[in-house]
Amino acid sequence: MQDLKKGRNNEIPREEETRYEIFKRCLIIHLNGELDHHNAIGIREKADKLIERNHIKHIVFDFSGTNFMDSAGIGVIMGRYKKVIFIGGKIAVTNINSTVDRIFRLSGLYKIIEKHDTVDAAMNSLL
Amino acid sequence: MNDTNEMLLEFESKSQNESFARTVVAAFAAQLDPTIEELADIKTAVSEAVTNSIIHGYTDYVGKIQMKCCICKDEIRVEIRDFGVGIDNIEKAMEPLYTTRPELERSGMGFSFMEAFMDHLDVESKVGEGTLVRMTKKVGKPNRLKEYTQEASQQVSS
Repeated sequence: MQDLKKGRNNEIPREEETRYEIFKRCLIIHLNGELDHHNAIGIREKADKLIERNHIKHIVFDFSGTNFMDSAGIGVIMGRYKKVIFIGGKIAVTNINSTVDRIFRLSGLYKIIEKHDTVDAAMNSLL
Repeated sequence: MNDTNEMLLEFESKSQNESFARTVVAAFAAQLDPTIEELADIKTAVSEAVTNSIIHGYTDYVGKIQMKCCICKDEIRVEIRDFGVGIDNIEKAMEPLYTTRPELERSGMGFSFMEAFMDHLDVESKVGEGTLVRMTKKVGKPNRLKEYTQEASQQVSS
């Protein structure tokens, strides 16, 4: 019961299942679960470490395991976009369901990122 | 006919409660027989409001968030209240892309999403006392039934 009282610093991140894959200079993030502010914190940290260490240029966000996203997801993508845009990198999203698609359309994010049906299609376009 | 229902929930402003809050509202709204799309709209709006309370209302401490949901006929009403810092300028806060926490990569789309996904949004706030977000949305079967009957009667008359 002690653990419950420790509060914020002791939170177990739920996004553990999110998989990261690197191919050439492209980072593929297979999102799993729901992309909200809580999960965004962990994903952001992990992704930024990988981007720096591996000289990542392009990033693909694969949404096949995700059916919920809110404005925190927009923040995650925008933040990574700002990181790679200076070296001519691009951001792509794949396997978007209708719910997530509405969020992207509403936020106007499709103006700066590419949408593809599959990860392979995105890789073909980016590399 | 008894077509109202109500629930009140209080939880701590911890980020893991974001998914808890929207799941609860979605489960509560399920009795209105909403479409998947309507349910997603409600979940997103609730998530935004609760996240706002967690990040902005209680910036560096954990406080309590109250969530009240009412169902009245075919409408769901969600009230999310915190007792945190409050909003100085609500109009400004509701502007798309405006955020006071860019370091957290907040996109400034929270209120815009709430407005877009719900039928009605109302924000009350007092600096130092907290913020109350009220949202309503018509959902589900009665709405669609009305449309069906209208369609059907049109077909009959033509």
